[in-house]
Amino acid sequence: MSFAWAKPYEPKNNFMKWLDERLPVPRLVYGAVGGGYPVPRNLNYFWNFGVLAGLALLIQIITGIVLGMHYYSYAGGAFESVERIMRDVNAGWVLRYVHQNGASFFFAIVYIHIFRGLYYGSYKAPREMVWMLGIVIYLLMMATAFMGYVLPWGQMSYWGAQVITGFFSAIPIVGEPLRVFLLGGYAPDQAALTRFFSLHYLLPFIISAVVILKIWALHIPGSSNPTGVDVKDEKDTLPFHPFYTAKDGFGIGVALILFSIFVFFLPYSLGHPDNYVEANPLVTPAHIVPEWYFWPFYAILRAFTVDFILPAKLWGVLAMFASILLLFFLTWLDRSPVRSTSYRPAYKIFFWVLVLDVMVLGYAGQAHITPFTLALSQVAAAYYFAHFLIILPLVSKFEKPLPLPTSISHSVLHGEKEESAPFGLTRTGPAAAPAAAE
Amino acid sequence: MVRIIGFLIGLGFVGVLLISLIVNAVDAIQNPPVHTAEEEFHLEPRSAGFSWQKPWGQFDEAQLQRGFQVYKEVCAACHSLKFVSFYELEGLGYNEAEIKAIANQWAIEVPSVNPDTGENSTRKALLSDRFPSPYANETAARAANNNALPPDLSLIVEARDDGADYIYSLLTGYRNAATYRNEAGEPVPQENRPGTGLHFNPYFANLNIAMPPPIVSNGQVTYADGTNATVDQMAKDVSAFLRWTSEPNLERRHAAGWAVMIFLLVGTVLAYLAYRNIWANAKREVSIRGPLEPAFQQRMQDQKDERGIAG
Ligand code: HEC
Repeated sequence: MSFAWAKPYEPKNNFMKWLDERLPVPRLVYGAVGGGYPVPRNLNYFWNFGVLAGLALLIQIITGIVLGMHYYSYAGGAFESVERIMRDVNAGWVLRYVHQNGASFFFAIVYIHIFRGLYYGSYKAPREMVWMLGIVIYLLMMATAFMGYVLPWGQMSYWGAQVITGFFSAIPIVGEPLRVFLLGGYAPDQAALTRFFSLHYLLPFIISAVVILKIWALHIPGSSNPTGVDVKDEKDTLPFHPFYTAKDGFGIGVALILFSIFVFFLPYSLGHPDNYVEANPLVTPAHIVPEWYFWPFYAILRAFTVDFILPAKLWGVLAMFASILLLFFLTWLDRSPVRSTSYRPAYKIFFWVLVLDVMVLGYAGQAHITPFTLALSQVAAAYYFAHFLIILPLVSKFEKPLPLPTSISHSVLHGEKEESAPFGLTRTGPAAAPAAAE
Repeated sequence: MVRIIGFLIGLGFVGVLLISLIVNAVDAIQNPPVHTAEEEFHLEPRSAGFSWQKPWGQFDEAQLQRGFQVYKEVCAACHSLKFVSFYELEGLGYNEAEIKAIANQWAIEVPSVNPDTGENSTRKALLSDRFPSPYANETAARAANNNALPPDLSLIVEARDDGADYIYSLLTGYRNAATYRNEAGEPVPQENRPGTGLHFNPYFANLNIAMPPPIVSNGQVTYADGTNATVDQMAKDVSAFLRWTSEPNLERRHAAGWAVMIFLLVGTVLAYLAYRNIWANAKREVSIRGPLEPAFQQRMQDQKDERGIAG
């Protein structure tokens, strides 16, 4: 696909040959994740997170389909049906804990994946489309996660839905009718629950479709790499299979171990106790907080407290949406031709400040509002916007990047002699390599 | 263009945030936040050191049975346990005959329909029944409790921060508001003292709870296993029992967790070895071969010639 030396698919047996001639699915798979996809040979472990995100999506879809067989989207029975899953359905508790913590697992992976992209300039040409499709996936994930959290119909489900759909009412004139239209009523109720369930079931399949588009777009320029230097010739790359399938196998093992610690030993640590109380429109929880993966956005929302020209609430909602939408424009905001932040001494500092900043926003988003946490969220939100909209364009203009390695192979050589065995069209895998070296 | 628009939007957000920051700072200085009495007097739960709180922890069956006895004899008068079925009691170590007897002798009967007349009636509980509620509905429950609603206890441990430690602290935390002093030695302000039907308890969020102290005297319950029923012991036992009702599968979860861990660790080590093995040659000095090498191109050409393909 991507490079001239990508191996074409060669069927290994008659059946595959027969199939490939009639429906070239084997060819497609081989070109996407098989030996037919040459990948830069210097990828570090941060490049494992794309495959891990795919794994998390798969886990969510599989457990979700089974949970959907036992769940009722009935406002009077949803909470009870979840408890039935936990107690009466065979292995229901595993499914539920995996699905519940799986959402956090998915977001944690995607956040690392996004910051990987930010650090290594994955949003720059020629991968803009890959990045933008990624942001689309992220937005769909947020919608899916929000609606999924409503389904158990606990107190936090209900009041979270109340607060989040309340964003729409900040929009002048059309806001309130729009909110009522989306919810199917003045407050979350049966109509909202049923449509959320329907959409929560639908969106993961749309995400899957966008994932396919994203992989398709990725395979045109091929994966980027930690140096950000373009692949120049065959010895810069290795075929995806077996090299990166093996590396991903190890990565998946480590990720599943960490995930299982949460599922089996800390299943409540990421949830909120109030969601074990059935939804009650008459009792407002003392402290409404979203799930941890929304904390930074919640902090941005709450940081605007002054009606300056526009009402504070509208500022908050606009800023919250802007904080994600601006990611679509990164390619044009960052004019530096250098992709990898490793070679950008000035930007590197700001990058790490951003990482810290988002963590501070996360802290502020879950904290009780006090003058201190409010000030913290205001400073951190200001830096967030300043980073992307002001600092990034300016730094990229004035910064003097460090010299780049001349090629990927050069950067992994470390002064050794020629070391790479270009696994191109040659039929030799690693096992056959010593024989061929004669 | 994008950069200019972005710059302006950025300035706008940053500007409004800084204005908000200044306005709030001024406000905070002019009206310093006051500590409410709830903050001054509220206590964090005490740890009771329960057996399951470690990753390998299991329930203490004898303790669960004692806790069940406290629930049955004390709490069941006011609190339902609507998500727990009688058959689940086998998790406490009872056998089927014992559970049948428990269901059969349960003081509250299960709502039913008289098979002859079709009128509403009640019948004795069966194994498959959930624990019947003490009150017919919320209104009846409130009417009997000074307009407060005793919450269902099936999930109460999940539904509170610090779970069983909180329940234990709450049950043993009733104090006399008139004589109570907090750590700073201050008395409870008059407006935070309990009104009628309320009871002072510093572990409860707003300090005044509508539940009268349920466990008041040593020996209130006579334990079947002969354990000395002190107030502290009963509070601990019933908290442990409520931890069990909130997640009867806890022991299975821990056990499955260890099996999964061992399986994944072995798998990951193997995956790591496979990974190192496959990559071993990719980093070693080997001669360069590939489709763009002249020798390879030549061989391809030869093969094509042999088969008589033009080009
Ligand atoms: C006389 C009836 C009565 C009895 C007996 C009783 N409770 Fe309660 N309980 C209540 C009421 C009423 C409330 C609601 C209190 C409120 O909301 O202020 C309550 C609330 C609670 C709460 C919730 C506290 C919170 O954080 O909201 C727990 C836990 C609790 N009871 C446990 C128990 C246990 C355990 C027992 C048995 C040892 C028990 N209760 C016995 C009436 C009772």
